[in-house]
Amino acid sequence: MVFEGLSNKLQDTIKKLRGAGRVSEKDVKEIMREIKLALLEADVNFKVVKDFISKISERAVGQDVLESLTPGQQVIKIVHEELINLMGSENSKVTFSPRPPTVYMMVGLQGSGKTTTSGKLASLLRKQGKNPLLVACDVYRPAAIKQLQVVGGQLNVPVFSIGDKLNPVDIAKAALEHAKAKQHDLVIIDTAGRLHIDEELMDELLNIKSSVKPHEILLVVDSMTGQDAVNVAESFNEKLGIDGVVLTKLDGDTRGGAALSVRHVTGKPIKFAGMGEKLSDIEPFHADRMASRILGMGDVLSLIEKAQEAFDEKKALELEKKMRTQQFTLDDFLDQMQQLKKMGPLNEVLGMLPGVNAKALQNVDVDEKKMGHVEAIIKSMTKHERNDPGIINGSRRKRIAAGSGTTIQEVNKLLKDFEEMKKMMKAMTEMTKHSKKGLGKFKMPF
Amino acid sequence: MGFFDRLKEGLQKTRKGITEKIDQVLVSFGKIDDELFEELEEILITSDIGIETSMKIIEDLKKKVKENKLTDPSSIKKLLKEELIQILTENESELNIANSPCVITVIGVNGVGKTTSIGKIANLIKQKNKKVIMAAADTFRAAAIDQLEIWANRVGVDIIKQSEGSDPAAVVFDAVQAAKARKIDVLICDTAGRLHTKKNLMEELKKVSKVIDRELPGAARETLLVLDATTGQNAISQAKTFSEVADITGIVLTKLDGTAKGGIVIAIKSELKIPVKLIGVGEKMEDLQRFDAKEFVEALFE
Repeated sequence: MVFEGLSNKLQDTIKKLRGAGRVSEKDVKEIMREIKLALLEADVNFKVVKDFISKISERAVGQDVLESLTPGQQVIKIVHEELINLMGSENSKVTFSPRPPTVYMMVGLQGSGKTTTSGKLASLLRKQGKNPLLVACDVYRPAAIKQLQVVGGQLNVPVFSIGDKLNPVDIAKAALEHAKAKQHDLVIIDTAGRLHIDEELMDELLNIKSSVKPHEILLVVDSMTGQDAVNVAESFNEKLGIDGVVLTKLDGDTRGGAALSVRHVTGKPIKFAGMGEKLSDIEPFHADRMASRILGMGDVLSLIEKAQEAFDEKKALELEKKMRTQQFTLDDFLDQMQQLKKMGPLNEVLGMLPGVNAKALQNVDVDEKKMGHVEAIIKSMTKHERNDPGIINGSRRKRIAAGSGTTIQEVNKLLKDFEEMKKMMKAMTEMTKHSKKGLGKFKMPF
Repeated sequence: MGFFDRLKEGLQKTRKGITEKIDQVLVSFGKIDDELFEELEEILITSDIGIETSMKIIEDLKKKVKENKLTDPSSIKKLLKEELIQILTENESELNIANSPCVITVIGVNGVGKTTSIGKIANLIKQKNKKVIMAAADTFRAAAIDQLEIWANRVGVDIIKQSEGSDPAAVVFDAVQAAKARKIDVLICDTAGRLHTKKNLMEELKKVSKVIDRELPGAARETLLVLDATTGQNAISQAKTFSEVADITGIVLTKLDGTAKGGIVIAIKSELKIPVKLIGVGEKMEDLQRFDAKEFVEALFE
């Protein structure tokens, strides 16, 4: 509801800013307002948004606008790239101590997902050949130790616990000794959730840090966190000096602006993303996915990016040549279809193409299943048949239909459509013989 | 410690944050102009109230300023306060446990503080000399049952449980039978945290609700959605989606003792008309308070 409103406004703004070979100050100002709203709606901290916008605005003014884009799209492209740059980083992998055991300390607010993440991390790194030990240092929350024990049990990873009567600092120390004795080369310490303004408990973390010297301190952050994410991250980082961030609960529908906020105020890399409740649901953090998610301008972004990536210039030229010389085969057709598919759901892609009225397409439902059928049909043909569809007679059609799990009628229709398309191409290329813009407007047989 | 003191203590951070900034803004502006409104909007947004609601509030504010021909920037504060109170007080209601038996179902996403809140709610109700029983229907999360059991012992109430992994609806069924047999006033059902985007888990909530309806027809029902005050705009999505499977009667806003402002409550009230009934302001058993819109806003602006 909220977002739809923004998205429509965005489309309008982009449309307004047309023409012009360079991004003007006015273009930037108009589009930046939309971007500001999008980021705020995604829960990126207000100050972070302001910083970000002013930095990008400087960069964007005066930039050349790519041929295929409008100035508005060009600005969004720059913003998107910058978001990826900001959140991505080379050192986003966890590191291991040269002198094992490597110790990770998990910290964060209550309910951010430390215990579950500890388990997931142990499981992930064990697959990479580590022999992890989980350490239960949450002596405050009722049954927190039991929770880690259950998680450890499910994973078959040993859990070190000496109850909730001891000081967490002493538990951590004892765990380290235990790990050394039992040849564990990885120790993951699960600490109690705490508020960043609780000095006593923050001091406790500091004490654990100085007594076990963790190789990495990982701050676990709920991806649904709002404006307060900066305060939390800043406090934990100032007090402890965190080494990285784990973003949790990304399997929900949050836009996850907290990721940008946290990254911005701590400068520390986001290393992992928690994606679900199963103990295998953890992945390395992908800055590009996160950037698109936060910006939320999926449709615009896919047009900008995928159009550039998927239809690479060289292939397009080749294709055009083939079309001109009437050598366009079913193989080329299949190839083109697959490229189209790479761009995302087809009705969305169509809506994004310049010259296509997005509103008119709103109710058009392109049958992606049908596309799959077409693909199957072509793949069931021999190389020879694909190059020269003319040879496909009745018995070949029967075989192709059976091979692709479709009907002869569908095969017939495809062949007929393909012929028509070739005819259209011919007409078109004759019309636009020396212009490159003739591509892409022919009717597809699906 | 009285109610006001505790509320104030819990809200100290919130209040400090919002009022300091507003005062700052008001002092730095000599007159009411667009820049002032922009700054005020910024303050609302940084409290997690959200863009749409913030814009709406500022628009209303502008209108009132114009209507009343206000020229003094300090009068804005009063107006803003009134505006927020108005949003929050519309159809104000509190936890209704007057009629026995009453069933309170507690729902929400993972990690918002459902189990802790149940411990506190049970304590609150028990102090009113009512007989309380808990149902450990979070059979999914590791050790969730143990966690609730510890709370039950702390408060001194009975708990109905099965083993981990069992059917939550079956646990609730048992609990309802126990509630009937033991002549319980209030049954509080814990449920597993679930992201509102998980369809089958949301369906499970319906099933639990059906069991209660069938086994205790006519019982008073409260379905409380627990929201973490730290949560941003996603809380709206949570409230909306949970409303689709459960008849939410109120919100429990937890973790208000941090630096998070909990402004999302205003957005939710404004957009979805769901009232906040209780607020969590700490980890102690007593750290749960009745939400009172007026006091809440008063405290924010004190």
